[in-house]
Amino acid sequence: MKVSTMAEFMAKGEKPEVLFWVGCAGSFDQRAQKITKAFATILDKAGVKFAILGKEEACTGDPARRAGNEFMFQMMAYQNIQILNGYEIKKIVTTCPHCFNTLKNEYPVLGGVYDVIHHTTFLQELIEQGKIKFTDSNEWKGKTITYHDSCYLGRANEIYEAPRKVLESLDMELREMKRCKSKGLCCGAGGAQMFKEEEKGERRINTERADEAIETKSDFVASACPFCNTMLTDGIKNRDEEVAVEVLDIAEIIAKAVQ
Amino acid sequence: MSIFASLSFVIVTALAFFLFGKKILSIRKNILLGKDIDLSDQPAKRWKNVFLLAFGQRKMFRNPIVALLHLIVYVGFVIINIELLEIIVDGITGGHRVFAPYLGICYTYLINSFETLALLVLLACVVFLIRRNIIKLTRFISKDLDGWPRTDANFILIIEIVLMALFLIMNAADHTTDFVISSQIKPLLNGFSEEQLSNIEHTAWWIHILGIYAFMNYLPYSKHLHIILAFPNAYYASLISKGTMHNMTSIQNEVLYAMQPELAPTNAAAPEKFGARDVMDLSWKNLMDAYSCTECGRCSTACPANSTGKLLSPRKIMMDTRDRLEEVGNNIHKNKQFSDDGKSLLHDYITVEELRACTTCNACVEECPVSISPMDIIVELRRSLVMEESNAPAEWNGMFSNIENNFAPWKFAPDDRDAWTNQ
Repeated sequence: MKVSTMAEFMAKGEKPEVLFWVGCAGSFDQRAQKITKAFATILDKAGVKFAILGKEEACTGDPARRAGNEFMFQMMAYQNIQILNGYEIKKIVTTCPHCFNTLKNEYPVLGGVYDVIHHTTFLQELIEQGKIKFTDSNEWKGKTITYHDSCYLGRANEIYEAPRKVLESLDMELREMKRCKSKGLCCGAGGAQMFKEEEKGERRINTERADEAIETKSDFVASACPFCNTMLTDGIKNRDEEVAVEVLDIAEIIAKAVQ
Repeated sequence: MSIFASLSFVIVTALAFFLFGKKILSIRKNILLGKDIDLSDQPAKRWKNVFLLAFGQRKMFRNPIVALLHLIVYVGFVIINIELLEIIVDGITGGHRVFAPYLGICYTYLINSFETLALLVLLACVVFLIRRNIIKLTRFISKDLDGWPRTDANFILIIEIVLMALFLIMNAADHTTDFVISSQIKPLLNGFSEEQLSNIEHTAWWIHILGIYAFMNYLPYSKHLHIILAFPNAYYASLISKGTMHNMTSIQNEVLYAMQPELAPTNAAAPEKFGARDVMDLSWKNLMDAYSCTECGRCSTACPANSTGKLLSPRKIMMDTRDRLEEVGNNIHKNKQFSDDGKSLLHDYITVEELRACTTCNACVEECPVSISPMDIIVELRRSLVMEESNAPAEWNGMFSNIENNFAPWKFAPDDRDAWTNQ
């Protein structure tokens, strides 16, 4: 599969349907790269004409802003908006809820107005439009799964149903955790916590959440955020459950079932 | 009732409303110490929030049983206070149930429903006391409430029970009437003469109305002020998605002028303070939030940091903000303008360790039944820490410099950003 950049599209005088905003985790983190590749594969198989920014993409500034460094955020936002507007980008899809939130909610006031979609919503649309077809031997059928709501997708942007509908379209049995949807417990990574040690306390947030996921006795844990994915995987590892419960992004699950 | 009684009643009533009004105005003044923000857009949506969140108590219904009990106390409180109108008219004119002749049979229905509600309120308050003091729900035994706040909460419940009991006793001692609940207490008063009964009725009447006035004046000093502020707070609740952080236009412009110097104005404005160090640096909505907080602790129960034993408690953030604001307000009242007391909300009330624990997950904001955002205050204080004091953990400083130099929070070569496409 050939993934083209915006620059390459421009050079050919063409425009993609959608820009795939990969995000820093999706670009550099080895685990998250698998999610990126899975999603790109799905887009390719569904016949979606997409581009990435490639080396021209930069951090949205989300962790800097939430840590309190507004200067850094504004610098990144300025750069990114210059690039995005330069390419006359209209529609963006991203696999990271933090990038999604920043691009969708925080860039418009700075002059960056785009139609921003999270990959779970995009996948749901592709499935509904019949652009994604599953193989007959769908290996997920009948498997049990629990979905962990990302805070920046759920509470921040009220996207609770799209990821669940995607999983149900695979005939998986969805089991909810004790705290889910608007009551969902954070994985512990948001607000730039991903980039520092947790403050001292009685327990770690990710182990607390991992315990709730394990309690559902599901075969898999689904995430829709690269940071949640890391946190839950670590949390489950701490409980020696990694053999039994695997944390997978929704894109990875779909990629395995797609024709 | 004699002229003397009527006159005393008028004086007491006027005094009660005067003191209450004065305190409310001082609270308004304190709230307006906050920075100005415009929250007057989309009135239709805002009114909808007032009806759903404040009148409808929608957030409370996340726990239906407690919501029902709370609704009883709330509806009871509001409706029984309609009877207050008659009590006040009776007090001024020296009359006795002046509305009864006009309303006829409806009057009996009305008082019957008030009495039923009064009993339900009384019972609900007993359940609430049991939850706080016998079942000891985690959010009620939290150290946030140590000292006065815990007493405040119990005190309010006890006052409500006493007021409701007095209302029922007053009706029971009134031999001219026969209402649904108070008639059940009448046998207890069998041994009394008519004169004694009349005295009991009058005494209960007076304690009841004085109790209500006292309660009204206690309100602005207690956590119970939410019964008033929940309404404006719902009106001014944020209408944008919870993930959006307040944009700092000053910094946006500074970056813009650095990148495009031709746009910079010649008369550059003096640099302002970044983020919030003290209550005056917060918005008036943040400050109204602080006065609206009823310290129920739903936020802290839902907080991932608090529930895993970290120091951060969103409820404490709100209580600290209110305490500091009261302190600043008193300071201004005493010295005509704020005289530096060497203290600030940041550090003296809310510590760095608390601020650092927030994951900005919005659970506290989602839970709050009265539209408070503790997270808003947390991020404003974080901005002050990082931008005014350069106070950040080493890992965050590393993250900042990685973003600046490598355009990613980790130290990877920017050229490898699309390396995954070839692997």
